[in-house]
Amino acid sequence: MAQLTLDLQATLGDFSLQVDDQLQMDGITALFGPSGSGKSTLLRIIAGLETRATGKVAFNGETWQHARMRVPAHVRGATLLFQDVRLFPHLDVGGNLDYAARRAPPSRDGADRHDIIRSLELDNLLDRRTQTLSGGEAQRVAIARALLARPRLLLMDEPLAALDLGRRARLLDRIEELPRRFGIPVLYVTHAIDEVARLADHTVLMQSGRWIARGDTADILERLDLPDLAAGSDTGALLNATVASHDDALALTRLTVGSWTLSVPALNRPAGAEVRLRVRARDVALATERPSAISIRNVLEGRVLEITTDGQSPYAEVLIDVDGSHLRARITRASVAELALVAGSRVYALIKSIALDS
Amino acid sequence: MDFTPIWLTLRLAGLTTAILLVFGTPLAWWLAHSRARAAPAVEALTALPLVLPPTVLGFYLLLLFNPQAGFGAFWLELTGQTLSFSFSGLVVASVLYSLPFVVQPLQTAFQMQGRGPLEAAATLGATPLDAFFTVASPLALRGYLSAAVLGFAHTVGEFGVVLMVGGNIPGRTQVISIAIYEEVETLNYAQAHQWSAILLVFSFLTLLLVYGLNRRSAPRVG
Repeated sequence: MAQLTLDLQATLGDFSLQVDDQLQMDGITALFGPSGSGKSTLLRIIAGLETRATGKVAFNGETWQHARMRVPAHVRGATLLFQDVRLFPHLDVGGNLDYAARRAPPSRDGADRHDIIRSLELDNLLDRRTQTLSGGEAQRVAIARALLARPRLLLMDEPLAALDLGRRARLLDRIEELPRRFGIPVLYVTHAIDEVARLADHTVLMQSGRWIARGDTADILERLDLPDLAAGSDTGALLNATVASHDDALALTRLTVGSWTLSVPALNRPAGAEVRLRVRARDVALATERPSAISIRNVLEGRVLEITTDGQSPYAEVLIDVDGSHLRARITRASVAELALVAGSRVYALIKSIALDS
Repeated sequence: MDFTPIWLTLRLAGLTTAILLVFGTPLAWWLAHSRARAAPAVEALTALPLVLPPTVLGFYLLLLFNPQAGFGAFWLELTGQTLSFSFSGLVVASVLYSLPFVVQPLQTAFQMQGRGPLEAAATLGATPLDAFFTVASPLALRGYLSAAVLGFAHTVGEFGVVLMVGGNIPGRTQVISIAIYEEVETLNYAQAHQWSAILLVFSFLTLLLVYGLNRRSAPRVG
């Protein structure tokens, strides 16, 4: 498993960056935080493009930066996908791919060119000028170009930021399969929580130039002390579910989570398929008795693990265990008092809406 | 009709342009990317020939070329020839005089592309020199065309500096602009007409080429 060691201090204007940690990189690691938290700067430092940071960067035991020594970007083997894409305008699509392929170290393993072109659906684009590509096409070319350089580490800086929703969804599929298909660890910068939930195996939370938490994505997303990061209302929990059956008449799909069943609008997935659900805290209501005569279909029984309140806010965040899976609910403090909720209370979680991540 | 002045002019302009493209490129690159405190001073020095009367430059060059002392003596020692009133001296003078016309279009071209393409090339494994030749230079192609055309044309059109450091020696330093001056002085208007018409048409076609290129490729940049 790849390992990234950072011990960095940087002062850039009135912004200071301080990171001292070691990251086990496996699959996709999200670097998540609000705009201006230093994510992109950190990515540039790791790539070797930022000369203003002091400290240490090491990858798999190889020192990339230490004291005055700085390994130049072109020998690190860390390829950066820029938010503004940066294809070479004087080369066509095929030329851009060749540019990277010709400079890939022959000693390093890499995926087959045809395989890369096929998996990113570029067969029909190879002769096109880069100026004629749509945003999604350009970003796919950039990903293929990065892969052809045979990187040891793939750094992605908000690659979906400039795309519309439909293109985002399609590109997400491609990005999700990168580590598994090509065996390259990915460090993915984003400020969109849905991308984190969808893609990331591990997540690092960043704020004001510091890492404030890191761990499995599911654990990070349900942490109660981090509610303000994603503009407050978007915190939630991830659930791994399995497609159980389809009800064509009602246009519903039934999913199982542990021993519970959830209904969602019909999904185009075969029975047995694994899906990842994101349930936002504000979409979960709580009851102490099983409600009857209610329109909400999805009611799960669980136990309160923890309740967090903030003296200023009218809301409380409640963490609930449902057969080992965790849910978060955002309800008023008044409701907590009225329902006499404490850690250990038995509750029914009423889920108003579920976002499907895959 | 004696074509020697034309041949001499083309040789001078061609050589000057070639030298300027080679040495102007690193200078333009440095000016485009440097954050050094000396950069504005170097930029101002580079632009001086744009505003100085050619006689001022010619005067200082004559002092520099003086075979009795300093650089002029060193050159005489090295080559056995003086720089003043020689073709070599004209080349040195023209390089200085046309410097801004080559450096400024290149500097603008490098500045416009920014660091982005080079950073992308670096993370794909290209060394800085590799990235310069395979990414920065092709992207600055239009700048190179402008620089070459303007440098060449401006050298063809120079008069004052040439007259001061080169004099008027047929076959050695008598370029076309000097030849015209000579013909007018000796009231040989027919020959003056011919030379002038040639220069006029050449200059117009040159500028037409530069502006045509700028207009045609402008929307593609970026």
